Parts: sequence; C-alpha cells; structure tokens
Amino acid sequence: MTNAVKEYSLAELMIVAGAEAFRNDGEVLATGIGLLPRLAASLAMKTFNPDLMMTDSEAFLLSEPNPVSGRKSHAGQKQETWMGFTRIFDNVWSGKRHAMVGPSQIDRFGQSNISALGGSYDKPKSQMLGARGFPGNSISHANSFFVPSHNKRVFVEGECDVVCSIGYNPARLPKGYSLDEVDIRLVITDLCVMDWQGPRHMLQLRSLHPGVTVEQVLENTGFEIHVPANVPVTAAPTQEQMEIIAQLDPQNWRAKQLKDNPPGNRA
Amino acid sequence: MNKVQTAQQAVARIQSGMTIGIGGWGPRRKPMALIRELLRSDVKDLTVVAYGGADVGMLCAAGKVKKLVFAFVSLDFIPLEPYFREARQNGAIQVSEIDEGMMLLGLRAAAWGVPFIPTRIGLGTDLVKVNSDLKIVGSPYDDKEWVAMPALNLDVALIHADRADARGVCQIKGPDIYMDEWFARAAKHTIVSCDELVDTEHFHQGDEARYVFWERSMTGTVVPIAGGAHPSSCNPLYGYDSAHFNEYCAAAKDGGFGAYFDKYIAGKTEAEYQAAVGGLDKIRSLPLPVY
Repeated sequence: MTNAVKEYSLAELMIVAGAEAFRNDGEVLATGIGLLPRLAASLAMKTFNPDLMMTDSEAFLLSEPNPVSGRKSHAGQKQETWMGFTRIFDNVWSGKRHAMVGPSQIDRFGQSNISALGGSYDKPKSQMLGARGFPGNSISHANSFFVPSHNKRVFVEGECDVVCSIGYNPARLPKGYSLDEVDIRLVITDLCVMDWQGPRHMLQLRSLHPGVTVEQVLENTGFEIHVPANVPVTAAPTQEQMEIIAQLDPQNWRAKQLKDNPPGNRA
Repeated sequence: MNKVQTAQQAVARIQSGMTIGIGGWGPRRKPMALIRELLRSDVKDLTVVAYGGADVGMLCAAGKVKKLVFAFVSLDFIPLEPYFREARQNGAIQVSEIDEGMMLLGLRAAAWGVPFIPTRIGLGTDLVKVNSDLKIVGSPYDDKEWVAMPALNLDVALIHADRADARGVCQIKGPDIYMDEWFARAAKHTIVSCDELVDTEHFHQGDEARYVFWERSMTGTVVPIAGGAHPSSCNPLYGYDSAHFNEYCAAAKDGGFGAYFDKYIAGKTEAEYQAAVGGLDKIRSLPLPVY
C-alpha cells in the first residue's frame, strides 16, 4: 500500500490485520473480546465496513464505536438501541454476528478452549472461565481468533483439553450437519495471519508479519499447517488507519497489551 | 399484601438440598447481602444456578455447593474467580457446565412449564460429552440432532433490584436487567432484596412503571437492604467495589476464605458488614464502570 507507515507497533499491525476479518461482513454485530480485537472491529467499522453493528460492551448498540480509552462515563455515546444480554442471544442465534475471541487453546480442527486445562474434567489442573458463550457462538455465527502469543501451548498438538467450540472435526460432526456450516474465519497472531481454507479445512498460512519466517510459525504451532507456495507479508497500517486507531485509543492502552510493546516490523 | 421480611426470615426458607438461582451477572447486581445471610446459615448441599461471580465463589468456599450449573464464574476485571477455581481443582463440587445462552433457555423452559427447549448449542463440543444433564434428541420436523436443554426449575431465586414496594413490584433502572426476569419466573419462590423500599405510588409517576420487568405475582419476598448488592454493582446507584474484590481475591492466597469470612461476615449484621467496608455512603459513591 502506497501510504503505509514505516513506524508502527506489533499491536497496531495486529489491529489492522484483525480489521480485515470484518471487511466483507456487511451488517452484522462485530464483537471483539479484549482491547485489541475491539480496536480491530472498531477500525473496520470506522473505515471499510460502516454497516457493522457494535455494542458499548454493556447494554446498547452504537452507531459509532466508543473509544476504548479516555472515557469517564457512557454519557453522550451514540447509542441506537437497547441491547441487553437477552437480546445479545437473540442476535447470536440469528447468525448476524462475527466475534473475534482469544481462546487459551486452539487445535488442528479449529476447536477452542477457555474452560479448563489439564487434569481430568472433574478435577482440572487449572480451572479457567468456563465455556461462556463459545458453544453457542461457534455453531451460530462467524468467529475469528486473536492470539497475542503464538506458541504450542495455544496451538496444541492433540485436541483441546475441553472443546468449547465446534470446529472442522469430522468425528464430532452432529447428525444432519456438514463441516462447511462451521464458519471460522481468520486467526491473527503475533507472528502471522492464518485461515481455515487449507485442504479439508486445514489451518493455512495467509500472511507473515514483517520479519517473521515460515519456520518460526511452524516451530511454534503444535500441528501441521498448510503453507501455500507464496505467502505475502502482512500489510502495514496506513496513515489513515493509524490516525483512526489513535482516535479510538487516545490513551494508548494498546501499547500495554503485548509484552514490551514490540515493533510491527521485526526484520 | 405485605411481602417484606428481614434477610434472615427470607433466607430461612432455603433448605439443604434445594436448587437456588442467583440473578445478576459476574460482578454486577448480585444479591450479596442475601448471599451473606445464606453463608451464616447451616444450609448445605445446594444446587446453584448462576451467571457466577463472588456469589458463587463464596458459596463454593463455604462448602454450601453440591452442584453448580454454570457457563462461567468471573469478576470480569479479575477474570478468574479464585474460590470457584479452588473448588473445581480440588474436585469438591459437581458441575453442569453449559453455555451462557443455554442457561437462558433452561430458565425460560422452567418459566414456560416445558421440560426442555431444543437448541443447536453444545453440538460438536465437549459439553454434550461431559455433561450428563444434556441429552441429544431428534426433531419431528427435520433429520438433524438437537440438544434438549432441560428446564432449570428453581426452588428459590435470589435477586437484587434497585427498588420495590411491599407487594413485590420491583424496579431495575440499570442499563441491563441481565436474566433476572427469567430467574424470577423459573423459581417457585423469588426473594428480591432492594436498595429502596418505595410506596406503590412511586410506580404511578412518569415512566417509572417501564422499569418493572416482571409482575408482582413472581415476587415472593421483598427484603429492603440499602447497598445490598455490595461488593457487586447496582448501576445506576453504585458501581462494583474493585478494591474490596481485590482484597477478597487476595485472601485466597493469604489466609483463605475463612479469614475473609471471619473479618466481614461471621456473626455480623449487614450494618456491621457495611461499617467494615466503609459505610453506606461510601458504597453509594462507588463509581460506575466504564467499558
């Protein structure tokens, strides 16, 4: 891109790459769980997909995304309808939503886990949140994954310890369903962008962040991924995108999301 | 009809082995004064249904829970609830893990008097493998399989509202009512604590009645307790007490829940509890969260 900036953080690169997940969504609720995914969805809504819908993370749908930092109250936000939790589920089950979530584990089928790790189900080694909305989200609407630290503890060798979301796993396919009904979109990590469009829904490399090698990705992924013949470099943020990100996050909370706030270009 | 009781009178209705539902969501508008009263009782072996926060953590830590029906237990700004984790990691409680939306369906099924509601939720995941409460059924209308989310029939529901009158007309003015109306409808008996007890005339003014989300026949008991949601929030009256939640969580590593219980709950009245956390004025001045 001609007006790409030279200086940007890895967080900003991941926000811009994450925004791409929502580009062709049309009129759906974009939900980014966590600060960087929320900025990604907000950036998409502020630029190439103004038809997106977004909540105030509490109980209203907004015509304009709220900044993620620098606000003292919800007063004055551009709300367009009430969207309490009961209505969130009506939206989820309608399918008109795309969530970007950060699981603790992702396996080769695109199944994910936020519930518990290790031990047995009745006595896990590490209890986490519980399955939350992952089961319903994953069978109802599009989901993308956001992984701040790409490693084999996240991209696990076997299946997830607790499978919280449906993936492209033939052995678990419910009767009457086809794997093509499962809709897992992009995986944004600190190393690369991937999707599930490889052969038989294999995870495939889509772009490498500047300065990252294919080998680095393979070494840090616990299962085989598809590497196409040509893998482009993830597009750097444009000047316009950087300005909008700064407006959406005036207090630069994005700089505190990744350890040591590394630069986007690690070449 | 006068449904007003003290917390002690109201909670005396709850007996060991019952299934109770708790309104609110994570750190938001939890009936914490009623929970504290329950913690002081000798009730045990409860089945608890909740969008869990410290309510669930405390009940687990105090050994009150036999079985937990949950999608998460979290304080949001502190993602992992330490006492719930401890109970799980010790294998101390039975669980029925479901999705957030499934809990809504289960409460609705109970409210509507049907045994289950069919849903896609859970298919293809471990929930249908590890949770024996969830059965897969066929449909008379298609060839797909469906999860039959069972009715979550509650003996008692505990809810905190902004205000109520003595007849059980309850008002919630926060931006979200969470699933409270469905907890109220799913229970044989609903106990509502409220920040303010008002005259019925309150609801006749302006659009006050628009903030009433279930009819009074669904409210069994009204317990006026100003600040009764503390340390959770009761937006717009007060936010959650993050400093207190931090202390509560830190106790898990230093002294355990027993130390927290002895300091704030054991043998104390609610007035003494509030004095120990800084007083009602301080509770009422806790800032509302900005997301």
